[in-house]
Amino acid sequence: MSSLLKITDLHVAVDEKPILKGVSLELRQGEVHALMGPNGSGKSTLAYTLVGHPKYEITSGTIEIDGTNINELDPCERARLGLFLAFQYPVTIPGVKVADFLRHAVTNIRNPERKEGEGLIPMREFRKELKERMEELGMDLEFARRYLNEGFSGGEKKRMEILQLAMLQPKFALLDETDSGLDSDAVRVVSEGLKKLSGPQMGSLIITHHERLLEYNVPQFTHVMLAGKIVETGDAELAHELHNHGYAAIRERHPAEAAEEQERQAKAQTANAGI
Amino acid sequence: MSATLTPAAQQTAFDAASFEKFLATRTEPAWATELRRSAFEAYRESLLSELDPEEWKRVDIRAFRPEKFSIPAAAQSTHALETLLADRAEFAGVVSHLDGACTRTTLSEKWAQKGVLFGNLSDLIQTHGDVLRPHLMTRGVKPDSDRFSAWHAAFWTGGTVLYVPRNVEVNEPLYSLIGLAAEAAADFTHTLIILEEGASATLLEETTSASPTATGLHVGAVELLLARQSNLRYVQLQNWNDKVWHFAHQVGRVEADASLQWTVGGLGARLAHIHQDVFLDGRGAEAEVNGVTFATDRQVISYYTQQTHNAPNTRSDLLYKDVVRDKARVIWRGMIKVAKDAQKTDGYQRNDGLIMSDTCRVDAIPGLEIEADDVRCTHGATCGRVDEEQLFYCMCRGLTRSEAMHMIVQGFFQRVYDRIPVEIVRETLGHAVERKLGIFG
Repeated sequence: MSSLLKITDLHVAVDEKPILKGVSLELRQGEVHALMGPNGSGKSTLAYTLVGHPKYEITSGTIEIDGTNINELDPCERARLGLFLAFQYPVTIPGVKVADFLRHAVTNIRNPERKEGEGLIPMREFRKELKERMEELGMDLEFARRYLNEGFSGGEKKRMEILQLAMLQPKFALLDETDSGLDSDAVRVVSEGLKKLSGPQMGSLIITHHERLLEYNVPQFTHVMLAGKIVETGDAELAHELHNHGYAAIRERHPAEAAEEQERQAKAQTANAGI
Repeated sequence: MSATLTPAAQQTAFDAASFEKFLATRTEPAWATELRRSAFEAYRESLLSELDPEEWKRVDIRAFRPEKFSIPAAAQSTHALETLLADRAEFAGVVSHLDGACTRTTLSEKWAQKGVLFGNLSDLIQTHGDVLRPHLMTRGVKPDSDRFSAWHAAFWTGGTVLYVPRNVEVNEPLYSLIGLAAEAAADFTHTLIILEEGASATLLEETTSASPTATGLHVGAVELLLARQSNLRYVQLQNWNDKVWHFAHQVGRVEADASLQWTVGGLGARLAHIHQDVFLDGRGAEAEVNGVTFATDRQVISYYTQQTHNAPNTRSDLLYKDVVRDKARVIWRGMIKVAKDAQKTDGYQRNDGLIMSDTCRVDAIPGLEIEADDVRCTHGATCGRVDEEQLFYCMCRGLTRSEAMHMIVQGFFQRVYDRIPVEIVRETLGHAVERKLGIFG
């Protein structure tokens, strides 16, 4: 039976300011969903909330995996249940080698009961697997010995996220603008990489502004966010349309949310001017 | 060497009468006794004046009671010391001390035949006094620096001596172990390393306690004397239990084209204060100083480091990394001094602190005193908490918060490890840090 990530009427606030205002979405293993929407509509907030960033406070609604509410779980527990976020801005961990980091991560995800200090996946087995995944992604094996994201270019960081995805084999992968800030070659590499990893065992929620990633990973569902809500859900055609024509039509069809969006932008501008 | 004593006299305090009794137990050349006598005078005098406020103003030793400690007459021989390094490598020689007295010396025949001396100061001062005399507390640690150096110079009980003759390259590591066992024992061991021209050696030294609860005192001195074109790697891992007071003067003197690589690990002690001086005395001399400090509970670990450039074209490079947790404190006061004619000096010093709790503290104060006009000197200090975004990222990959914290701490130290060419030292430090973090694999 395939697993289900179910989001129901999710409301989220940051510093007591409401950002998500009732988001519902169901993502099954094996499905590809695109999540689109203008800047500030709440896409990244949804992604961070799903993996449990402490700054994002769920004020109402639920996140469930196979019927189990995970609202109160910390990011580690969620990761061990099969959630993965490919970060838009991957974090540098100075002095921690990619291989060491991943060996701990892989062991914990595959053995969710593991406690700190208990045995890690055998080195030989791990190395072999890491090498294979790196070769598949066209990565220089030297990266395994480098410190995680330290001195990496934008493209290298994104590729490292995809490598982690490949090693951890999550049930649900959230990709937060994994294609942003990359040249077209790098976008291709990342898109192909993701395509290779997709399959019946992984559900993907792809947050993107571009179409390239979706060309390789055709979504069954496209969701459009505006002012903290999913206002429309369609198929791959909707993603294509938004890419070609932008969000004007969406705003016309959803005047209330469009007005909210404008109001928020105006407030933000005033606040910025105040500084 | 050790005269018979009545039990009552075995407990030696540090007043004039006790000093005379102590001298009576020693068998050593007259010049050494004279050195002790003048040091004792300096010690008595130094007690009348304050310690240098520049060096001590952030280090609170009001709870220190010297009278509670004394030099044990003879070591209780067979204490099992838990060591970090002893079993990690084959050493070309080993010198061990327990409660200030030497318990073991070995040196492989191969090096002994080449004239290398590796042994106990108390023995070698009798057999090779003429070799040691020009070096023992003349150019490195000066007895009259302050009360601790004077106290040490008056009461030293032994210690590890390494002498490497001209052009002898000892390419296997040597090991020195300094242990404390008896309750309230005072340790005054001295480490003296003399490398003649073109010589090279690696000495790994470790301090440890037999019991986790015995109080103790170490008033130590380290002298690293490098002649021209010599090359020394010296490591000292201070790993006492957290009841020990540790005071030390440590000096490296580096002559022309010689190279010193010095690594200090500060893990143990209730309170440790190390006055660490590196002098670059000859053209082309260089020194790299690495520090790894991890203070927890209520530990206080303090360093007063000076890099003094006395000659042109010299290089010094100091990197300390401190991790502090619980209610612990780390204090680092650094200084680069460049003499007037030490042109083309390249001096660097940096201290990075990582704070793991709300109740700990790091004070890091770098400094420069430059009299030459054509130099490159850089200094810096940073201090921060474990970054929440780093923790979040690690947790998103299935690491628990504590595992993530520990990985970040080890990554923080990695930069210093990267500078240490001796693999067993890197491993040992990593292992010691892990243990202190409470990770049991």
